[in-house]
Amino acid sequence: MNLFRRLFPHPLLTLLLTVTWLLLVNGWSLNSLLFGLGLGIMIPFLTQAYWPNRPRLSRPLKVIEYVLVVLADIVQANIIVARIVLFKPNAERRPNWITIPLDLKTPEAITALAGTITMTPGTLSADVSDEGHTLLVHCLDAPNPEAVRAEIKERYEHRLREIFE
Amino acid sequence: MDSLFEFLVSAFLVIAGIFGIVGSFGLLKLDDPMSRLHAPTKATTLGVGGVLLASMLNAAAFGEYFSMHELMITLFLFLTAPITAHFIAKVHIHRQETRETMPAAGEDDHWATHDTPEDEERRNAAADPADL
Repeated sequence: MNLFRRLFPHPLLTLLLTVTWLLLVNGWSLNSLLFGLGLGIMIPFLTQAYWPNRPRLSRPLKVIEYVLVVLADIVQANIIVARIVLFKPNAERRPNWITIPLDLKTPEAITALAGTITMTPGTLSADVSDEGHTLLVHCLDAPNPEAVRAEIKERYEHRLREIFE
Repeated sequence: MDSLFEFLVSAFLVIAGIFGIVGSFGLLKLDDPMSRLHAPTKATTLGVGGVLLASMLNAAAFGEYFSMHELMITLFLFLTAPITAHFIAKVHIHRQETRETMPAAGEDDHWATHDTPEDEERRNAAADPADL
């Protein structure tokens, strides 16, 4: 087991890199599978010294659910934002800063949360506080900042906590 | 059957085009810098996403093979788009805002963009030496 951990410091990353390589090749052959597997083993092995304290995903399968939730939200939010851009006069729009107190501790999880917030239209993560306890989000139109904060915490942060912690 | 796929592919292309135009229009119409940043993120999600879906469908229905490159483009876009948006937002905070004009940073003192080397020294001095 110990030897396995030394050779494959990040088994999930190995899998991800192999699949990425196969997708890049855009075809299936034993040749590309072996090469991809080689990359998947070499890259985590050579970079492990530069990435200490890597969080272990406690429930990797939850990632699939998270991605589907985010994709659905992106489509829905796109339509809402398109309506705001097209039909709402600038004077009626309420752009607003929202601060989100973070329960997440690992930098990787906070990065994932910030990226998700930016990709779902209507919200944009702009900054973190100096000690990483709060996230600053800009909203395109937020008459009710409390509701946006609650939605982000419940929909995304809660799921990320299950995945990372 | 072929015409059904042709219809779907063109529908995705039209949807993507509409969201692309709305994104560019938003860049012109919205009137403050931070709000303008919202427009490009929209164009990259549904705008590009629609074109990629159309392309995958087209390759699967009329090409010889099932194309996977579109998934890679989506993945890389989703990795890079938030970073550029974050950079632009940080430049805005750095140049247009001060600590006083920003909202309070929750339990911390200020936002990371306004952090200075003196702040860091103060934090390190205050921290428990055992933690360092």
